[in-house]
Amino acid sequence: MSARIYYIARNTFREAVRDRVLYNLIAFALLLSGAAILVGEISIEIERLVVVDLGLSALSLFGVVIAIFIGIGLVSKEIEKRTLYTVLSRPVRRWEFIVGKFCGLAGTLIVNASCMAIGVFGALLYVAHKFGRPDAWIFVALYFIILEFLIICSLSLFFSSFSSPLLSAVFAFSLFVAGSFSEDLRGFASLTHGVAHWFASAAAYIIPNFSTLNVISNVAHQQPLGMHLIVQNTFYALFYTTAVMSGAVLIFERRNLK
Amino acid sequence: MSSRTATTVIASACLVASMTASVLLLHRIDQLHPKATLEDVLYISSPKIVKRASLGFDGLMACIYWTRAVQYFGSRHIDRAASFNELAPLLEITTTLDPNLVPAYQFGASFLAPPPPYGAGEPERAVQLMKFGIAHNPDDWHLYYDLGFVYYMEMKDYKDAAATFELGAKLPHTHPFLKILAGRVAEQSGDFTTARMLWTATYESSHESNIRQNAVEHLRDLKVDEDVTNLQAAVTRFGQRNGRLPASMEELAAAEHLPGVPVDPDGKPYKLDAAGRVLVQDPGSFPFITQGIPPGYKPGPPKLQGNP
Repeated sequence: MSARIYYIARNTFREAVRDRVLYNLIAFALLLSGAAILVGEISIEIERLVVVDLGLSALSLFGVVIAIFIGIGLVSKEIEKRTLYTVLSRPVRRWEFIVGKFCGLAGTLIVNASCMAIGVFGALLYVAHKFGRPDAWIFVALYFIILEFLIICSLSLFFSSFSSPLLSAVFAFSLFVAGSFSEDLRGFASLTHGVAHWFASAAAYIIPNFSTLNVISNVAHQQPLGMHLIVQNTFYALFYTTAVMSGAVLIFERRNLK
Repeated sequence: MSSRTATTVIASACLVASMTASVLLLHRIDQLHPKATLEDVLYISSPKIVKRASLGFDGLMACIYWTRAVQYFGSRHIDRAASFNELAPLLEITTTLDPNLVPAYQFGASFLAPPPPYGAGEPERAVQLMKFGIAHNPDDWHLYYDLGFVYYMEMKDYKDAAATFELGAKLPHTHPFLKILAGRVAEQSGDFTTARMLWTATYESSHESNIRQNAVEHLRDLKVDEDVTNLQAAVTRFGQRNGRLPASMEELAAAEHLPGVPVDPDGKPYKLDAAGRVLVQDPGSFPFITQGIPPGYKPGPPKLQGNP
């Protein structure tokens, strides 16, 4: 079982590399080095902040875009090219195919994010000339961004398991935007009563809460993060991803592929 | 030459020529309406809407808005503009997006408080900005120092200045000079020594070269103001003793037993005009002086760091 998932994941990763997904690293490197050099000239006392804020924000956005635009095509492309039938004619279960695809996409994003993280630390060293102990919190922000990628990957695959690529992209991106406003949804729920309150509360808890995974501003200001937040965010992302992936498997298992 | 090579050569030439032409044309179009820039336009003035629209990347947006505020202030300052209408909204958006962006409070207050062309002439909004900053960063003594500075220098509100320095002095990791400043401002307000202490503290507490340069210029100009005030008092004493004004600065220096003709920080001697006014020779070198300015003098564009 695990070997089959591993091979599907490895092929998904190789396919992403062949699709020149990692070329985004060049754009990222140009963006970051440009910012590190230019911001000192055009602004005041925010060189370090910009490197961390811009680096982690770009890392997050690039990853989200890659997760959505690759994730939505993972299933539909296999159906379109009819390679899915070849795979499923072998002793591969449908859920193994979905989980393998998820692992491959997540692996691609982790490799991509790791390369970008090296760039962020390089730019930070360029502007600050040394690392301080509080800079270690950047690793926590990176970890949370990777957790965010896991949720986005699972959502893209979920929509991809029953919808067209275009609609899947719209759904996944809409959920990303809505998830960024999840704190506001909670605030809105607290202001309403009756059915509206229940509806808003349900929406606030069902929509992924990306704002809790966004600690970029905190680490940019070298503010420490609590261990409770790290543990709870880890479990939140894992449970949410598992739930969405279970939904994707349930749908894909029953999908008529003829 | 094969047809493929020919196509490559022609397409490359077309690309370079078209791109060059479009850049040159755009340059010409810019000259037709040079003021049509983004600097005076703030499409979204609500800090809350900008925060929502940032999709959680508020730290990055704050950096962008802060850079925009710096650029806006810098360009208006160079143009010696009389108004800085967008400065306060830009700073409000910046600090709403990132309430921990301390440089935006420190520098923002020094942009907002001084009168034009050195600032926006809005000390009340500078105080609001600093109070917002203190509310979100209550342990940062720099903000108390900067708020007290605005009260003292721009609003001449010595009571609030002393109270603010006192509050800052009570913080756990504060700078010792806040305690000294609090006492000094409470006892002797509005004198040259206190002002010199404040600018010296600004120089010593900042790592930013522009701020340190600004402090040095203010210290030089304070010296001129103090010299001119003392010399003017000497002219009055001379008149009371001799029933006439001194004929020259040399005569005044001799009467006051000064070692020589007094000179400004640039080494140029002070002048004495026919009406007995003590004047500086080159007021353009001292942009912040309030004393010794020749009648009818109009200041030129501000000197920028690095300019000859």
